[in-house]
Amino acid sequence: MIGNRTGLLAALLAATMLSSATPAFADGTVKVGVLQSLSGTMAISEVPLEDAELLAIDQINAAGGVLGKQIVPVEEDGASDPSTFAQKATKLIEEDKVVTVFGGWTSSSRKAMLPVFQRFHNLLWYPVQFEGNECSPNIMYSGAQPNQQALPALTWAEEKGYKSYFLLGSDYVYPRTANLILKKHIAHDGMTLAGEEYVPLGGTDFSSIIAEIQQSKPDIIINTLNGDSNVSFFKQMAAAGLTPDKLPVMSFSIAEPEAKAMGPSLLAGSYTSWNYFQSLPGPTNAAFVAAYKAKFGANSVVDDPMVHGYEDVMIWADAVKKAKSFNPTKVRDAAVSLGFVDSPLGEVKFADNQSMVQTGYIGQLQPDGQFKIIWQSPGPIEPQPYDPLTFPGKSCKLH
Amino acid sequence: MHESAFLLGQVFNGFSVASLFILAALGLALSFGLMRVINMAHGEMLMLGGYLAYMTLQIVPGPLGILVAMPVAFLGAGLLGGILEWAVIHRLSARPLDTLLATWGVSLVLQQAARNLFGAIGVEVTAPRWLNHTVSVHSGYFKGLDLPDTRIFILIVAAFVLGGIALLINKTRLGLYVRAVNQDRATAAAMGVNARLIDLAVFALGTGVAGLAGVILALLGPVTPTVGQNYIVPAFLVVILGGLGSLVGTTIASLMIGLFTALIEIFVDVSVAQVLLLVFVILFIQIRPQGVITVRTRALEG
Repeated sequence: MIGNRTGLLAALLAATMLSSATPAFADGTVKVGVLQSLSGTMAISEVPLEDAELLAIDQINAAGGVLGKQIVPVEEDGASDPSTFAQKATKLIEEDKVVTVFGGWTSSSRKAMLPVFQRFHNLLWYPVQFEGNECSPNIMYSGAQPNQQALPALTWAEEKGYKSYFLLGSDYVYPRTANLILKKHIAHDGMTLAGEEYVPLGGTDFSSIIAEIQQSKPDIIINTLNGDSNVSFFKQMAAAGLTPDKLPVMSFSIAEPEAKAMGPSLLAGSYTSWNYFQSLPGPTNAAFVAAYKAKFGANSVVDDPMVHGYEDVMIWADAVKKAKSFNPTKVRDAAVSLGFVDSPLGEVKFADNQSMVQTGYIGQLQPDGQFKIIWQSPGPIEPQPYDPLTFPGKSCKLH
Repeated sequence: MHESAFLLGQVFNGFSVASLFILAALGLALSFGLMRVINMAHGEMLMLGGYLAYMTLQIVPGPLGILVAMPVAFLGAGLLGGILEWAVIHRLSARPLDTLLATWGVSLVLQQAARNLFGAIGVEVTAPRWLNHTVSVHSGYFKGLDLPDTRIFILIVAAFVLGGIALLINKTRLGLYVRAVNQDRATAAAMGVNARLIDLAVFALGTGVAGLAGVILALLGPVTPTVGQNYIVPAFLVVILGGLGSLVGTTIASLMIGLFTALIEIFVDVSVAQVLLLVFVILFIQIRPQGVITVRTRALEG
């Protein structure tokens, strides 16, 4: 697998442009579910993610499909609503008879779908960084666990000499859990916590929080705000004279599309931690970015969750080939025994706990809206669903 | 930073938040007060103002773009508001629930239109460089106090808008008609006031103010298709707390909410402050259901 995908991608790119992916034979097909929010507040992030998942399906089909069958994606709209996600997941499995589902973004959507996949013994591929603290045999977690995004950011900041940390987030499960873990490590490493604040999702006023930041004078802000609140926060920080060059901000929810939308001039110089940046070197990533731009326009950008969604489809296909079966149980067994594969993210594999082994990167936003990679973990990081400092004694053993 | 400087800073922040609420809620208060129309598309007028600011800044970049954008957004949103009133709202005038549903539909249409025209992820509007400074106190009792120019600018704009509308309502002939229709629609009509035209003018004025507010909000917040939804709930809160349709009430309610949140956030985090604010409003409405200011009007009896 390693090394040959680059050439394949280039060939596929040409092939996808020549012919649409309609299969010539009706019974030589297999259905998979693609379940993202195509409407509602999350559509902004999930539509491009779905595009990346469909791109992977197109490329696999153009190369002949899997086990001689063309993949037919059945698209459903989760509508940014957890109960809709659960309902559509049931529909995909029961009525459409899909063999697996790619989808979800928010932790609440994943938590709502989990019982559905357990009940029907199906398999969900979840592509977004999350708070860990969950371990299900019916989900493949390719997005970062806290020890692959939040903790590498802390390691980098400590190496840089920052001592005092201010934690700011939107008020829901991911920031609360990520900060719980960060606080344990900040205390354990002998650093100080300057402050911790949460605003409701969609919150627009940061005047009081900025006053508290000015008073507590942290070395760095660790920002787990989600969505539009980031724009308000950075604009109001700039208005208060606290631009990223004066007070560094490390964000966990700002990737290339968000930076593009918020305006790189506002955010330039701020930091972010991911397992993928569009600017990553290497031919596999170059081919992926080229294929995406060829399909969705030269101005489109790609980000970490999109690449995870794309790679989930690719690894699913590899696992099906290895298992010689579409059966979800056999596929998940094969997926964790594939070993490292070459991907746009670099070398990745699924560990025995069904989370992805992957490298952590720190990027600094440049005025052109792309991130300059300024730090990376010494090697791929083993995923830890349960942080040993925060949840001692809990472990995730699935295989 | 000195404790007193921090406290004064929070009082300033309270006024700053209040000025945003005044701008966001004023248009709603106007149309709600006069016509009993619950305009669910009011937030989308704020959104429209933000996008008009974005377009204006494309044509007039540079330091004064934002000053050009304000009248453009006022006229643009006012025009759309006028069309909305003429095409939808006055045709449903005696049916408040239908108006609620219809304007909600309009808000969805406008959100989707923005999404189709400009994309789902919003556009960039940044404050001009001349606003990116702070007024700082370097010595004395309030040493360490930093007041952002942007927030001072918004306070001034809010004061001007409020003053302008107060003058319009209290000192002009149009204002006299508005007050007359507000007090007793039937009698005003019998006296020869064209109530239909007054409705149209007030609704367009209200949405125009919302458009202008959208430009101001874009200095401190995002410009996305759904941005209006962030402000619509606080705006309704202000209108209800202030007393239906009263400018003074709207102003006092904005200040109450702004100062309440800014001062309570010294002690609790933002989420808890939101809860306490809503509890405060619920209690206030229990004790004083008519809001801060009671407007004498027959419209409430009909």
